[in-house]
Amino acid sequence: MLPAPPIESLTAAAAEGATLGNSAYAFLLAVPLLPLVGWLLQVFFGRKLPRQGDWLPTSGMALSALIAVVMFIRVLFQWNPDFLMSSAEDGFAWRFFFSDGSIPAPIAQFTAGILYDNLSAFLLAMVALVSFLVHLFSVGYMQGDSRYNIFFSNLSLFTFAMLGLVLSDNMVFFFVFWEIMGLCSYLLIGHLAQDRKQPKMSAAWASLKAFMTTRIGDVCLFVGMAVFWAKFDTLSFHGLYTATADHVAANGWEGWMTFGAIMMFLGAVGKSAQFPLHVWLPDAMEGPTPVSAMIHAATMVAAGVYLTGRIYLLCSPEAQLVIACVGAFTAIFAATIGITGFDIKKVLAYSTISQLGYMIAAIGVGGVSAGLFHVITHAIFKACLFLGSGSVIHGCHHEQDMREMGGLRKKMPITYITMLVSTLAISGVPLFAGFYSKDAILAKALEKSMVTQEWIWAMPFYLLVVAAAVTAFYMFRLIFMTFHGEPRSDHAHHAHESPWTMTVPLMVLGFFAVFGGKFWITDPLHAVSGGRTPWFMALVHDPDLERWESSAIEQAHGYGGHGALLSHAADGHGSGEGHGAAAGHDEHHDVAHTAHVRAMITSIIVATLGILTACLFYLFGVFNPKKVAAALGGLYRLVFNKYFFDELYHATVIRGTVVFSGFLSWVDQNIVDGTVLLVGRTMKRLAGFSGAADKYVVDGAVNWVGESTQAAGQAVRRIQTGRIQQYAYFTFAGAVLLAAVVLLDLF
Amino acid sequence: MDSLPYLSLITFLPLLGMAVILALPKSQENAIRWTAALFSGLSLLFATVVYFGPFDATAGVQLVERFDWIPAFNIQYFMGVDGLSLPLVFLSALIHFIAVFASWNIKKSMKGYFALLLLLEVGVNGVFLALDFFLFYVFWEIMLLPMYFLIGIWGGPRREYAAIKFFLYTLAGSVLMLVALVAIYLKSGGIAGEPTFDLLTLKSMASTWVQDQSTFLGMKFTTWIFWFLFVGFAIKIPVFPFHTWLPDAHVEAPTPISVILAGILLKLGAYGMLRINFPLAPDAFADARYFLAVLGTVSIVYGAYVAMAQTDFKRVVAYSSVSHMGYFLLGAASLTFAGLNGATFQLFTHGTSSAMLFLIVGVVYDRAHHRDLNDFGGLAQRMPFFLGVATIGIFAGLGLPGMSGFISEAMTLLGAYEVYPVLVIISTLGILMTAAFLLYALQRVFLGSLPKKYENFTDMDRREAFCLVPFAALCILLGIVPTLVLDKMAHAIQLLSEELSAYTGG
Repeated sequence: MLPAPPIESLTAAAAEGATLGNSAYAFLLAVPLLPLVGWLLQVFFGRKLPRQGDWLPTSGMALSALIAVVMFIRVLFQWNPDFLMSSAEDGFAWRFFFSDGSIPAPIAQFTAGILYDNLSAFLLAMVALVSFLVHLFSVGYMQGDSRYNIFFSNLSLFTFAMLGLVLSDNMVFFFVFWEIMGLCSYLLIGHLAQDRKQPKMSAAWASLKAFMTTRIGDVCLFVGMAVFWAKFDTLSFHGLYTATADHVAANGWEGWMTFGAIMMFLGAVGKSAQFPLHVWLPDAMEGPTPVSAMIHAATMVAAGVYLTGRIYLLCSPEAQLVIACVGAFTAIFAATIGITGFDIKKVLAYSTISQLGYMIAAIGVGGVSAGLFHVITHAIFKACLFLGSGSVIHGCHHEQDMREMGGLRKKMPITYITMLVSTLAISGVPLFAGFYSKDAILAKALEKSMVTQEWIWAMPFYLLVVAAAVTAFYMFRLIFMTFHGEPRSDHAHHAHESPWTMTVPLMVLGFFAVFGGKFWITDPLHAVSGGRTPWFMALVHDPDLERWESSAIEQAHGYGGHGALLSHAADGHGSGEGHGAAAGHDEHHDVAHTAHVRAMITSIIVATLGILTACLFYLFGVFNPKKVAAALGGLYRLVFNKYFFDELYHATVIRGTVVFSGFLSWVDQNIVDGTVLLVGRTMKRLAGFSGAADKYVVDGAVNWVGESTQAAGQAVRRIQTGRIQQYAYFTFAGAVLLAAVVLLDLF
Repeated sequence: MDSLPYLSLITFLPLLGMAVILALPKSQENAIRWTAALFSGLSLLFATVVYFGPFDATAGVQLVERFDWIPAFNIQYFMGVDGLSLPLVFLSALIHFIAVFASWNIKKSMKGYFALLLLLEVGVNGVFLALDFFLFYVFWEIMLLPMYFLIGIWGGPRREYAAIKFFLYTLAGSVLMLVALVAIYLKSGGIAGEPTFDLLTLKSMASTWVQDQSTFLGMKFTTWIFWFLFVGFAIKIPVFPFHTWLPDAHVEAPTPISVILAGILLKLGAYGMLRINFPLAPDAFADARYFLAVLGTVSIVYGAYVAMAQTDFKRVVAYSSVSHMGYFLLGAASLTFAGLNGATFQLFTHGTSSAMLFLIVGVVYDRAHHRDLNDFGGLAQRMPFFLGVATIGIFAGLGLPGMSGFISEAMTLLGAYEVYPVLVIISTLGILMTAAFLLYALQRVFLGSLPKKYENFTDMDRREAFCLVPFAALCILLGIVPTLVLDKMAHAIQLLSEELSAYTGG
């Protein structure tokens, strides 16, 4: 960090009383840097340390998580929806490309800094905490791995990138961390491909697939950045919001903005495994389970949602519609695949895709805070489910097929209870964490459709409702198949509960899965009546471009007045008083309230339906799943084969690329180089025939060199076996001769 | 002159080393090696001193050494350095120094080899530092000859074919340059009275001769020299469709020579464009910009696709160079500050990352004695340290953020998007393909099960690590603190961008 001259604002900011002080930046910086230090030490010294140094990144992570949580609590006690700290505003910014600020070019004016608001505070604490728990879990789970130390170093590098991403105040650094996460994801999925004993080639392919698929999105994201950069000359989030607000106020939404926003959103499509770039996530389960829990369920994939939330203000209504539809379609699409899976981790992977679809759809319909709320709750219960599945797999001697499990609830009680709790949460059962966030999303979707009165805007709501039912069904199917009934294999017979390093993280996460949504500050009864908002939504508002005040940033110097950032859209719970026309607001409030009540009732009904159906199939055996599957025939096969998307892509994209590159290679060899050889041959013949008649300077020189080169080649071949001195002098002579020729040419 | 003649030292110390080596008896193999290391090391030392010491990024051309050489033709010994050349001189000195160590195990007539290697360095450093067009040309030719012999004698099975092809190609470029050189020289006589080769003076004259509307065979003077120079330099870069010498030369050249070729020789063409080609014919450049950007884009995408289809590890990396050098042309043609800086920085970053990739291929080749990607696998099991370094190299090559390649590519594309949005979108295909073929290569070499025949492979030794680690460190360091290089060139680029933009007509 190179301190730039501080803006004369510090006193004013201090007067606001809403600040944590500049020292907070040092702590915030420490949060990502501690894992980075852990990574460096682990890379260089890990092998030589006792226990291969696993305690090093783990303890670094513990400290980092502690700081993040303490900071979060400090922010929470501010209880200020407009809380915001921006290091650039406070005079701490890193001139990343050029340190000389006197160059007028926009890229020389680019600075990077820390952005810390309510949303970053929540996410930072969540990521750090989950990451610490996963580190702890891995100490048990990865025991005996041949590349134990490397696993830990990759894990901390990933955590560093994710924490850095959350704190970035600009798209460039966001993108840098985004890609480093991609790298770590690649390395961790492919972890077993480099196993010293049994290298697993499928893991190598899975990692390649993951990296390439997400990179398609990343490249689009980069193009999206370039689109906005070319027009606005800035890539800081606040700069972009301001420029967009001004531009829209003056010119309205323009086509290139929709294009840019959709390109950026495609980055999220890749990272968050949305349709049609969803294919990599299920394969990514080749990675060790803690990795699946952290990167491919709780944190990295949620970064796509975070991105969509951060760029929401740049999205035109058309772009929003695209986002909503992609999200909602993915939610139902992936959920259906989840019904037919047998690999416990793959079912969870499809469930993750589906839940990410929820979040994306929420943002598309304008419920940014609802979507991000779901990120937090989902991170907790999905990490718990994944770690639980890891515990099951560990207990069953690396069996992943649910058909080979059954009856584990008595053998693994802690795992069972924690997973059951998380399943209740993901299914949207009232009072569990997922209920509040899912309910908020459905309410938002219904509200949007009621406000717009267009059928296309109604689609997201209905798709999400169906997806909610399907989610409840396949999640309980997973629980029943794994933990209930009788053990169906030797592995399941000899299953055992996991050690404490694995169960403690489960219990912590399970605890939050119960209470995470509401926290302890509001009482559950009010939640049912819809009276009070969950804590998250009280603090993180939906952003609203029309209320974005560009001057607020400059005037308020990073504090207060910034409500503009994630400003008071009507989130249905009456925090937007004082803005806009009162009458319009009341009307909107009514719609929102109606939508909320209807959505909540619907959500409870569909969750119950889904769970009951699962009970009928898998607990009471009223229906036989196999017979139903057979009766469905082709439809079942279609879903079971994941709608054949892998095959489709293989036949088109991959095959096409291979054929096209082969074709170009042929062109290169036969046409491009062929022409060169033809020219060469012609020149040789010309040189032979032209002789003295060849008087043009260029031709003469070319031919002369051509022949003398061959002669030189012959000479050298002779010299090669002879004396070296002679040959080296020849080189010298050659250079001199050439200079002489050049001189002669001048006459 | 009150300070040391730094630039002459950087350029001619290797020549002194060559003389020492020639004087040493053939049997003194270690003395020869260490002499080469010493003199290229001294050159690197002085380049580093200049880089961090007397060089003032805001001051334009500096450390000038200038006196008459051939007064009859007004030819001067005129050396000088500015923000454009400084990073490249440093890179050249570094790459040659490392190449000496990468050549440690050369057995065949090693005395001649090291002598030629040092001569090559003289030529390359000289090209970057010469500010007299004639001197520039002489250094350009000095560099050509050793390269020919280094490929032709110490190369692989088809070395003679590759060497001749390299030689004829580059010579064709030289001849075109020579014609332009003479034409410009004569033209300058018509303006200033006495003709000159002084590049700075010539540059200031450009504004005069762009006014000249007389045509020869339907084209203006500046158009003629622009295209002659352009093709001459484009062959060196190489730009599609002049690139076919490159894969052959790379495949046949011994590892250190490939490293030099990709690391620094290709940059000479790009440097020549920025130093001579564009400034001396600014109006023709302005007219041709879009075409150049298209050529750059085609190189990026075409190079990447063709690389995908190769099975020879070295050919893969060679075509990736074609692809990566395309960014230079795209960024330079955009003429925005970001684009031009990115393009110039790309020269540096590609120098480090491609040098690394070729060294990686060399490490594998030294053990397996072949480069067929389909015949490898599982090397990770025997060479974990090498895998770590190779991973850095490959990700640096594919422009992973956090490494220097990303900075240059991102700046290039961000800058170019303002001017050529469609081309930038097309060129992103190249980014995708680069990631695909490099990672696919990594996978085929390192992952999976280890064939029996590779059981006895050993991990990198210290010498190999010594060659690779500096580049790895640079890739990461410059990805995190790009100002180390960008600050040095910012003002020179700013100036160039303003000068050239004056002709683009808004």
